[in-house]
Amino acid sequence: MDVLPVLIEWLPYLLSGVASTLGLVLVALVLGLLLGLPMALGQVYGSRPVRWVIGIYVWFFRGLPILVLLFLFWFGIFPGLGLGNLSAFVVGAVVLGLRGAAYQSQIFRGAIQSVGEGQMIAARSLGMSRLTAIRSVILPQAMRIALPGWSNEYPNILTDSAVCYAIGVVELLTITSRMVTQTNITMPVYLATAGIFIILNYGGLKVLHRLEARIAIPGFGTGAM
Amino acid sequence: MNSNNVVLKVEDIRKSFGENEVLRGVSFDVRRGETKVFIGPSGTGKSTLLRCINQLTPPDRGKVWLDGEEVTNSGARINYFRQKIGMVFQNFFLFDHLTALKNVELALLKVRGMGKAEAREKALTELRQVGMEDWADHYPAELSGGQAQRVSIARALAMDPDVILFDEPTSALDPELTREVLEVMKKLAREGMTMLVVTHEMGFACSVANEVLFMENGVVAEQGSPDLLLHDPRFTRMKDFIGRIDSRMED
Repeated sequence: MDVLPVLIEWLPYLLSGVASTLGLVLVALVLGLLLGLPMALGQVYGSRPVRWVIGIYVWFFRGLPILVLLFLFWFGIFPGLGLGNLSAFVVGAVVLGLRGAAYQSQIFRGAIQSVGEGQMIAARSLGMSRLTAIRSVILPQAMRIALPGWSNEYPNILTDSAVCYAIGVVELLTITSRMVTQTNITMPVYLATAGIFIILNYGGLKVLHRLEARIAIPGFGTGAM
Repeated sequence: MNSNNVVLKVEDIRKSFGENEVLRGVSFDVRRGETKVFIGPSGTGKSTLLRCINQLTPPDRGKVWLDGEEVTNSGARINYFRQKIGMVFQNFFLFDHLTALKNVELALLKVRGMGKAEAREKALTELRQVGMEDWADHYPAELSGGQAQRVSIARALAMDPDVILFDEPTSALDPELTREVLEVMKKLAREGMTMLVVTHEMGFACSVANEVLFMENGVVAEQGSPDLLLHDPRFTRMKDFIGRIDSRMED
């Protein structure tokens, strides 16, 4: 059987899988950012109970295999909360995002802590409130410090997203395996999927590195690679 | 001089860090337009004293008044007082992610709530004051230590403070850069800025200070006009100290 015509015939499906995979990654990254950044601030500036709760969260989401988390939420936690009719896509994206938040919070925490303490002292000495100092002085620096490490979250989540196959999200790997069973072509199809993942991976990283270069400032080691 | 001229009043400031009693009761008045210089061995609480004045380090005991209003125990109003009490640090502490201009602008925008155009105009004026207007668009990493310190002085000036605290402003600078910063400070003193300066620069102290306070072991051990301290035989401890600085510099 000729492989190429089959691949071309399936291409629209593969592309819909790509769209679904990128959707998972995008939602997960954004959710991870929206949760991870406040968590990092809470861990650095929060009271003891706040730090404790965030610590437990991070411990939980970093301590369990992604597949276990996925099953736990898909079969247990979401149905238990009366959210049993959430689509597999939403559950997959949310679980990836909740887990990403745990990792992102640690990236941002390290970045915030690496901003020199003189920055806060100088800001306060000018009459800025703590909140204003964090927003106008600490975070703009911490975000620049964090970006190279944060960029690594993209390939991490992209590759992790394939496990959403296990709860039936129709993403790239799901399409691929359907294609294998229906066409009986194995190796070339998996190779094509691997190729697509690699393109997504390095394409995305290139975009992120451009962003790093764009916001680079003299004195901050975040120039283009 | 009558007491109405007193802009800053410091009364019996005490501060311990654990077992270490750093300040053991320091009091003095600062009149408007006056420059007071604090000298003394390292670890005698000079920098801590400055930080107790603007409450960056809250003192254990004692009070600070600015223009008759109590700064200590002022709660959230401390952010108002800090605008009025500028501070310049040994290591500049410029905001590393902002240009010289934006460093000066930031508190005008975020604390004083000025409009963009007005803040920019004011920031440029202050940079001109310290001879840094040509460097407005440079980042701290692109400035020499002396230039960075001049920008940080402009940043403090922008808030129109009643008094500026200088915490060893030239200790991180080589002699050439020290001179350019001291020139700016002398100019400010001439123009009537009220300044408290912790420094080891005796030349500056002698030429600019209205009063020199020699601190030792957490108290003001000797104080008086520079002339008096240098030439009156009663002030022995400070002269010993100055002798030690001079011989160290000759090494």
